[in-house]
Amino acid sequence: MEKQKALYEYVLRLGDDSLILGHRVSEWCGHGPILEEDIALTNLALDLIGQATSLLNYAGELEGKGRDGDALAFLRYEREYKNLLLVEQTNGDFGKTILRQFLFDAYRKPLFECLQKSSDKTLAAIAEKSLKETKYHLKHTSEWVIRLGDGTEESHNRIQDSLNSIWKYTHEIFYKDDIDSVLIAENIISSGDEIKAEWTKTVSEVLAEAKLEIPSNNWIQEGGRKGLHTEALGYLLTELQYMQRAYPNMTW
Amino acid sequence: MSKKEWPLWEVFIRSKQGLNHKHVGSLRASDSTMAIENARDVYTRRSEGVSIWVVESNNVFANDALEADALFTPADSKIYRHPTFYDVPDGISHM
Repeated sequence: MEKQKALYEYVLRLGDDSLILGHRVSEWCGHGPILEEDIALTNLALDLIGQATSLLNYAGELEGKGRDGDALAFLRYEREYKNLLLVEQTNGDFGKTILRQFLFDAYRKPLFECLQKSSDKTLAAIAEKSLKETKYHLKHTSEWVIRLGDGTEESHNRIQDSLNSIWKYTHEIFYKDDIDSVLIAENIISSGDEIKAEWTKTVSEVLAEAKLEIPSNNWIQEGGRKGLHTEALGYLLTELQYMQRAYPNMTW
Repeated sequence: MSKKEWPLWEVFIRSKQGLNHKHVGSLRASDSTMAIENARDVYTRRSEGVSIWVVESNNVFANDALEADALFTPADSKIYRHPTFYDVPDGISHM
């Protein structure tokens, strides 16, 4: 695979992670458990949509077929989305949303730290800007995971159930294929070993403090990076794409 | 589910230009760490601040509003407490 094509696919994966998770979190707007957290979640969703805009616009440039970020976000079919299965999972209760976000942030922070040093200047610049936002997201979600896990019996049981149900999607975070190999050889991305090490450390420390147990069942589920999704994504895209599909090229 | 509400916190923000923290409002949070995070999201979204203080509202003590007369009106008739009786020389500006 040539470098340009690999970079396009890679940036698309990162952009889709931000877009799909950003949309999921935005579903909380007006439904947060308390006003303060409603605002916090909406801020977080907007940060993710902002990252998606930068990443998907850049992916469009790399592809060179005249598609911009909007075209990529709104006009692809389900199997053309390359996000992690983790980020498309439904919100569930507040604890599940926070836990899903925490597991993602714990990966995104070291990822952006590595990408800041990328030989690709645009990617490095996007990573630098996104890192500041991501550090805050990780801090906020870590604090919540600890409070819910080590909170009341009900909050503990609920978030432990969520952990048991979404843990199987975390393995895919470290999925690697040809696209990664080409970019590692070009010094555009790192091998990813240090990202996995830091993720494992952060997750085990926070979950231990939250008195949560990592499921012993090591069944894994992956496919998002290849475009094979869970049922949840179709419903999300139906809502996300509705306006552009119903009224092509509309703007406001 | 418990109906107990989280404690109320008063939020103080120091702006980029300002020297002192100013009271900007209040919010609810389970503890001081979450109060600061909530204050960040509620009150500094538009770059309003560079520093945040939170104080649990229970710890703010106020004067009795009914005693306001006794506390404050005696000062009204003591104009000599304002330094307005000095002649300012012509060369002094910014006074």
